[in-house]
Amino acid sequence: MITAIAIMALGAVVLGALLGYASIKFKVEGDPLVEKIEAILPQTQCGQCGYPGCRPYAEAINKGEADINLCPPGGMEGVQRLADLLGREVKPLDAEEKPKAVAFIDEQTCIGCTLCIQACPVDAIIGAAKQMHTIVADLCTGCELCVPPCPVECISMPVIGENLDNWKWKYPVIELKKVA
Amino acid sequence: MEFTTSPYLLKNASVQRVMLQVLAALLPGIAAYVWVFGSIILLQLVIATVTALLAEAAMLKLREKPLGLFLSDGSAIVTAWLIALTFPPLSPWWLIVTGTLFAIVIAKHLYGGLGQNPFNPAMVAFAACIVSFPALMSQWPAVGLQVSVADQARVVFGLLPRLDAISGATPLDTLKTALKLDEGSISVTQLLADQTVYGFFAGRGWEWVTGGYLLGGLFLLWRGLISWHAPTAFIAGLSLFSGALWLYNPAQFANPMFHLFSGGAMLGAWFIVTDPVSGCTTMKGKLIFGFAAGALAYLIRVFGGYPDGVAFAVLLMNICVPIIDHYTQPAIFGMKDRS
Amino acid sequence: MLSLFKFKGGVKPQTNKTQSVSEPIAVAPLPSRLFVPLHQSIGGTPQPLVQAGDHVLKGQMIGAADGWISSAVHAPTSGSVRAVAEHIAAHPSGLTTLSVEIEPDGKDEWGERTPIDHGAMAPETVRERLREAGVVGLGGAVFPTHGKLTASKTVPMEELVINGAECEPFITCDDLLMRERAEEVIRGVGIFRDLLQPKRVLIGIEDNKPEAVAALQAAVAKLGEHFEVVAVPTRYPAGGAKQLIRVLTGKEVPAAKRSTDLGVQCFNVATAWTAWRAVAHGEPVVSRIVTLTGNVEKPRNWEALIGTPLAEFVKLGAPKADTNGYLMGGPMMGFEMPAMDAPLVKATNCIIAGSPTLFPPKAPEMPCIRCGECAKVCPHELQPFEMYWFSRAHNFGKTQEYHIFDCIECGCCSFVCPSRIPLVQYFRFAKSEIWAREKEKNAADQAKARFEWKTAREEREKAEKAEKLAKAAAAQAAKKAAEAAAAAVAPAGNEPPPAGEPAPTGAPSTNAASANASPVAVAVTANDAAPLDAEAAKKAAIAAALERARAQRAAVAPKNTDHLTAAQAREIAAVDALRQQTGLEAAPPADNGETKP
Ligand code: SF4
Ligand code: SF4
Ligand code: SF4
Ligand code: SF4
Repeated sequence: MITAIAIMALGAVVLGALLGYASIKFKVEGDPLVEKIEAILPQTQCGQCGYPGCRPYAEAINKGEADINLCPPGGMEGVQRLADLLGREVKPLDAEEKPKAVAFIDEQTCIGCTLCIQACPVDAIIGAAKQMHTIVADLCTGCELCVPPCPVECISMPVIGENLDNWKWKYPVIELKKVA
Repeated sequence: MEFTTSPYLLKNASVQRVMLQVLAALLPGIAAYVWVFGSIILLQLVIATVTALLAEAAMLKLREKPLGLFLSDGSAIVTAWLIALTFPPLSPWWLIVTGTLFAIVIAKHLYGGLGQNPFNPAMVAFAACIVSFPALMSQWPAVGLQVSVADQARVVFGLLPRLDAISGATPLDTLKTALKLDEGSISVTQLLADQTVYGFFAGRGWEWVTGGYLLGGLFLLWRGLISWHAPTAFIAGLSLFSGALWLYNPAQFANPMFHLFSGGAMLGAWFIVTDPVSGCTTMKGKLIFGFAAGALAYLIRVFGGYPDGVAFAVLLMNICVPIIDHYTQPAIFGMKDRS
Repeated sequence: MLSLFKFKGGVKPQTNKTQSVSEPIAVAPLPSRLFVPLHQSIGGTPQPLVQAGDHVLKGQMIGAADGWISSAVHAPTSGSVRAVAEHIAAHPSGLTTLSVEIEPDGKDEWGERTPIDHGAMAPETVRERLREAGVVGLGGAVFPTHGKLTASKTVPMEELVINGAECEPFITCDDLLMRERAEEVIRGVGIFRDLLQPKRVLIGIEDNKPEAVAALQAAVAKLGEHFEVVAVPTRYPAGGAKQLIRVLTGKEVPAAKRSTDLGVQCFNVATAWTAWRAVAHGEPVVSRIVTLTGNVEKPRNWEALIGTPLAEFVKLGAPKADTNGYLMGGPMMGFEMPAMDAPLVKATNCIIAGSPTLFPPKAPEMPCIRCGECAKVCPHELQPFEMYWFSRAHNFGKTQEYHIFDCIECGCCSFVCPSRIPLVQYFRFAKSEIWAREKEKNAADQAKARFEWKTAREEREKAEKAEKLAKAAAAQAAKKAAEAAAAAVAPAGNEPPPAGEPAPTGAPSTNAASANASPVAVAVTANDAAPLDAEAAKKAAIAAALERARAQRAAVAPKNTDHLTAAQAREIAAVDALRQQTGLEAAPPADNGETKP
């Protein structure tokens, strides 16, 4: 009886020591959860969530200050993945889901005021004062932040349609019900 | 052409064809069964089949699946036949019905239906019934029973009291009981010499039935419907363990031949451990699965409390399938040197 | 005799090849229109070199290769360019692709053809020639051939494998090519051999094509080459590059590696033939041999021009009345052509007319019973049912654990599945989802990096500005102090400046801002200058700016739109089109049109 207790106690001590050691040895710096949340956010940096960028929103979610359904570019899929990560309930998106678009500057109208450059969070607009500006479509995240500052309203957001580059094979449709 | 993607050519294969061939492979065993135990088994097969189909239909309806498609796939019939063949031939009708319902409703459909069941439905039914009705499940009629088929049918439907003649046991069970009672005064060899019970090597009549199953298994192997791995490993596991103990003490333990051809060993080897849905899928996995099931079957059979161990062994191994599969993934094309 | 290796798996579907081999290759008549897609190979999309109205000669380059892994495109016949526009592509999606529409003038007049002697030239020049001639893998992968003709620097090139296996049912174009043009095929192989310098050259042909084997053997003997022509067992997909390499050399090329890393390279026989034509005759790839078979009255092989619309091509075979669709490629890996005006392309080795009897409608899909048939036949020894399970569940990470990217989409697994699950489609679906996600992820990472960079830059600029301000303030204060001192020195009793007066921040700040952000538009300055009436001032500024812009535009026509190349003009036209489409401007201003050449 006493030996049994002793063995148990010894085991507990050893395991406890091991755990303690592991927690020191494998300590993870920073807050990995924020990183994980941020990895899910689409990095559009549009501020539609009410935070100045994806990182601040990620931090707010982590602190429990923000809901997980505020990011329109992330769409329902983003909400789903955040819910999976955080073990929260899936909620409908707090906005309309929009198809992905990129900004387009009408170069004939642009007056070269550079306001859009300052608005663009990812430096996807090139141009200089009094020169026409243009969007580097590959870098544009479609955040629409450059649209309101433009004094001559020459920026539009055409939707990227399906093309041969982004075409995807569809999920096979299962037609079981028809038979019977 | 209505379907959207290649390949546009398909082999003429279907689940139905697979299942029908499995049923065909059971026929030699059934024929021997009829010859040895009488045609009452046919009645049991019919009861089981009808129950299985009705249960299947009801479940499909509940789950809103296409009836025609799934009813005709034959998988329920295979389960039904396996149940009928593993239950005693003179079991009351409700025992067969209960077993079949259990298999189809609980073991199959509650887990998601065709292809989704982690446990072999027939074995689940067998295990459930032998735990619940141990006496009924171990009463086997003596070979060459002198009761007319009509009377047997009455027994099945409970119109006649259960006769003494049918309260026998399988040779496997008989041997076990005999050994237990005698406590070493009589050796296995002496016991097995009684040909009226034990036949030539594995039980009078039983040898033929299990031989029939072996034949059916070879047919499946030839048709390429099963791979050799699981059955061979099962037989190896059973023979190895029985052989080792038999060599150690032939007076206490029966020889491998006896074990292979008695009880559910042959049926298990060719029709149960080869069940694709609940078994392992990798070749290595099949070897492990089969071998372990064979060994367990032997251990349960000899040291456990039930007359046979195949069902429990298979169910136990079913639990291990995901992990075995996970650790036995084969190396793929071009990655073999990198283990 | 060479000892052959085996690859695991594979299936033996009905080959259906005899129908189309009885007639020799015929040259297809000129179609009334050609739609030549610019993007016909792996890699960069070629830039168009022509525009509507141009006259082109046969073999004239109409699309220049864009980047090293890209291949030029040529006019298949002489005629006039009707348009350079989006046209439906030979692709399962039915989407469009930029294509050059050519109306043949019926003369089929060649442009200049300059043969080169590849033996006397640097390997780079030969590769460049192949690139310019649009030589790509004609087995179906359409990888630019010149890109595969550089041996690995670290691994010695041991075997060159030439693929004449042609394992897919129905297709016979390579078979006929080898029978009829064996010598040129062998000469083409000679070019590859010279460029790659392998130790051995192995030509693999499925043993159901004895005539082709004999023809190539004869050609090899005649040309005194030391190539080995090997008949390999007929089993689909023996003609898959990796399978053929395995059978002939015993080497297994995993998805993650290039075959040159294992000292082996593989080309299709038709590619070798076009390489020879390109080098020795200066003829770029403007046509290819296409098997027209299936539900047609007259199955045979045609040498058809690239860009021939499907409708005109299939007429040659007289399709039977119950034809309900056309497959491009074989029945195992091909796809249904999306429309009758989709063109033949370099990848089109076969057109099969389908009918309900030939390809019966698929029976309904059942759940997977884990029978393992699919794993048994998978030539890459994968576990298709596991990949299927996880693709179905959208668990793409798991599909990758089961090596979904090693799947070559050969279709063997779907072929045998008793539950008739469209496994390959699940895998394609999963793969394209994974690719899309990867792309998205990369874009997100890039955006994040750029955002962080911009934020950091803004911070730095702010700090710099503050520093400048501080300096200016200090200078101001010093000046004031000096003035004060001077004042103090002069008439006594004068009011000294209040000691704690802050440095006048307001004005310098505005100055600094406008000086600093010099390029920033008038609007900003105006805004800052008149904070009280910001709205009005802003509006005025905008109006002024607009006015100026208009004046500017009226005064000077933009210089950079003179002397445009055809390509640039096209681009501008495309942008204009986009502009109109987005409804930004009803139509481009007239002056814009005038400046165009
Ligand atoms: S709403 Fe915009 S800024 Fe906010 S997380 Fe989503 S993409 Fe990032
Ligand atoms: S804000 Fe508008 S006018 Fe100003 S530079 Fe950008 S696009 Fe041109
Ligand atoms: S062949 Fe079909 S039913 Fe069999 S395991 Fe593969 S996917 Fe499942
Ligand atoms: S399609 Fe992919 S998974 Fe299926 S058999 Fe071919 S290689 Fe294997």
